[in-house]
Amino acid sequence: MLKQIWLWFDDRTGASAVWKATAGHLVPRGTGWWYVFGSATLAAFMVQVLTGIALSTIYVPSTADAYHTLEFISDQAKWGHLLRGLHYFGASAMVLFIGIHVTRTFLMAAYKFPREMNWLSGAALLLFTIGMGFTGQLLRWDQVAVWSVYIAAEQAGRVPFVGKMLAHFILAGNTVGGATLSRFFSFHVFFIPMMIFGFIGVHLYLVLRNGISEPPKVGHPVDPNTYRSEYEDMLKREGHSFWPNAAWRDMVFGVAMIIVLVGLAWFIGAPHLAKPPDPTILNAEPRPDWYLLWYFALLALLPHALENYFIVLGPLAFVAFLLVPPLFFNKGERSPLRRPWAILLVLAIWTTIGTLWVEGEKAPWSPDFSAQPLPVEIVGATQGPIYEGAQLFHAKGCEYCHKIGIYGGQRGPDLTYVADRLSDEQTKIRIVNGGVNMPAFGGIISASDLQNLLAFLDSRSRMKPSKTE
Amino acid sequence: MNTNSSQSTRPAGAGSRDCGDRRRFLNWLSLALGGFASTLLGVPIVGFLIAPLFRQPPRLWRQVGAVEDFKVNEITEVSFDDTSALPWAGLSGKTAAWLYRQGPQDFVAYSANCSHLGCPVRWEAQARLFMCPCHGGVYYQNGSVAAGPPPRGLTRYPVRTQNGQVEILTSPAPIT
Repeated sequence: MLKQIWLWFDDRTGASAVWKATAGHLVPRGTGWWYVFGSATLAAFMVQVLTGIALSTIYVPSTADAYHTLEFISDQAKWGHLLRGLHYFGASAMVLFIGIHVTRTFLMAAYKFPREMNWLSGAALLLFTIGMGFTGQLLRWDQVAVWSVYIAAEQAGRVPFVGKMLAHFILAGNTVGGATLSRFFSFHVFFIPMMIFGFIGVHLYLVLRNGISEPPKVGHPVDPNTYRSEYEDMLKREGHSFWPNAAWRDMVFGVAMIIVLVGLAWFIGAPHLAKPPDPTILNAEPRPDWYLLWYFALLALLPHALENYFIVLGPLAFVAFLLVPPLFFNKGERSPLRRPWAILLVLAIWTTIGTLWVEGEKAPWSPDFSAQPLPVEIVGATQGPIYEGAQLFHAKGCEYCHKIGIYGGQRGPDLTYVADRLSDEQTKIRIVNGGVNMPAFGGIISASDLQNLLAFLDSRSRMKPSKTE
Repeated sequence: MNTNSSQSTRPAGAGSRDCGDRRRFLNWLSLALGGFASTLLGVPIVGFLIAPLFRQPPRLWRQVGAVEDFKVNEITEVSFDDTSALPWAGLSGKTAAWLYRQGPQDFVAYSANCSHLGCPVRWEAQARLFMCPCHGGVYYQNGSVAAGPPPRGLTRYPVRTQNGQVEILTSPAPIT
C-alpha cells in the first residue's frame, strides 16, 4: 500500500529522478574537508531563516517598540535568549564560512573555466550576506543601531550628485524616524533573503551543471577546449556519487557547526542591548559588530584626504575585484603551488583585515572617555603645581588621548616620560598650538592652568627626580 | 531546401513565412504586455519606496527652554521633537542639539552629528571641546574643527529667542 502511494507520487512528481540527478550526481574523489565550507554557509543560512522566522513572531519593527520587544525576547520569552544568541552566532558563522569558502575557491582557482558563473553568483551571495549582517545589526534598534544608520547615511552622502538622495533613502526621511526601521526590516527579512534564496538556487544549479571542481593538481592547467571532456572522462573513470560519499563530510561539519552554535548561544548568548534608541542620549559609542569592525578601523586610519574617494570607490573597487578572477584569469594552472600571486594576495587580504580587526577592537584613535583621574602614586604630589597640573590633565581631556603609565587613551603620544623628550618650552608650544590630531588649547586654557599643566608634564621623567621628592 | 526540416518542426498547415511573422508578432506582444504590467506595478512600488526623498516636512520653530535657563558662555544639550514625526516613531522622533549661549541674547545651536560620519559628539565642559567617540574628531566651542578627521565644522541649526524662549528651527540631519 505504502509502496503503491510512493510509486504514484514518484510517477507524478519525478522525485526519485530529481534525487538521482542531484544527490546522486558524480563528484571527483579526494575533495576532502576543504570542500565543506560552502555547505556550511548554507547550513548557517538555514539556521538564520529558522531562528529569524521564530524571532519575527515577537519582534515589532517599529522605532517606538522594537527595543522593548527585544528586551522581552532577551529577558522574558521562553527560549528567547537562546534564539537571539543563535541568530547572532548563526550570522557570524555565515559570514565566517562564506569568507573561508571564497578563499578556498580562490586558492584552488575553482572560478576558472567552466565555473566562472559559479564564482560570480557566489560573489553576489557574498555581497548579500554582508548586507544581511549590516541590516541585521540595525534591527537590534538600540542606541548603537540609531547612530549606525547615521553613519551609513553619511557614507552614502559622499557619493557625488546623488549622495544626499541616497542618504535620505537610507534614513527614509530627513532624520532617523518612524519609517527608518521598517525599511531595514523589510530589506533584512524580505528583499535580501529573497535574493539569497534565488542566488543559492542559481549557485547550486551551476554546481550541478558544471560539476564540483576536482582538487587542483600541479601541471594540469585548465584548457577550455578540452576541460569538459576530460572532466567527464575523469568522473566516469573514478567519480562517485555525491550522496553519501562526499556529503557525509558536509553533514558532519554542518551538524558540528550547529552544536557549536547552540553551545555559544547557550553559554555566551546574544550581544547585550545598548542604551535605548533615543537620539538625544549623546553619550554613545557606536561600533559595528565584529564582521564590519575592520571597516570601521579602515575609515579611522585612512588619510583624511583620501576619505571621500575611498568611501565611494572602495566598495565599488571591491565589487570590481570580485569580477576580475573569472573574467580575466579563467584558464591555466589551478594549483596554488603554481600561483604564488594568489597565495600572496590571500595572505595580504587576510593580514590586512586581521590587523584592522585588532585595531578596530582597540580603537586607539578614539578618545578614552572612561579614563579616570591619575592616582597619587603616579602623580607624585598631593598639592602644589604638579598636583594641580595632574588634575587639569584629566579635566581638560588630555588624558582621553594621552597615556601616563597605564592610564589614559592612545590617540596621541604616550606622555609617561614626556619631559625626557621635550623641553618645557616645546611642550608649551604643542599645547598652545595643537597639531593635526591635537586641538590648540591656546584659547581655552588660562595662563595659570597652563603653568600648572606644564609643571606636571615637566615632572614626567625617568631622569629628572620629581620636584616634590 | 530547408522546407522539409522546417515543416517537420512546425504545426502542419502553417506556411513558413506567415508563421514567422505570427511568431515574431506574438513574441513582441508578450514582451510588450510583460513590460506594460511591470511598469504598471513598478511605478507605484518604486514611487512608494522613494517617496521620503521628496517629502519636505515643514520646518517649525521648537521651544527648547527659557532664555534664563541657560548660563552665558555655557553649552547645554537640548532636544526637540522632529516635525511630522510618524506616530509610531517613539523615542526616535526627537533630535538633540548643543545650545551655546554666547551672550545675553546670543545663542548658537550645533547639530550633535559629527561632520565626519555622523556619530554623536559630546561636549566636554572643562576642556571646552566637543569630542567624537568614533574616530576622534574634536571641535572648538565655536564649532570649528580642532582635530581629527572631520572635513568641516559642526552644522548649525537656526536659533532665535521669542518671548523669553529659545527656539530652534527643525532641520534635516546634516549630510556632509
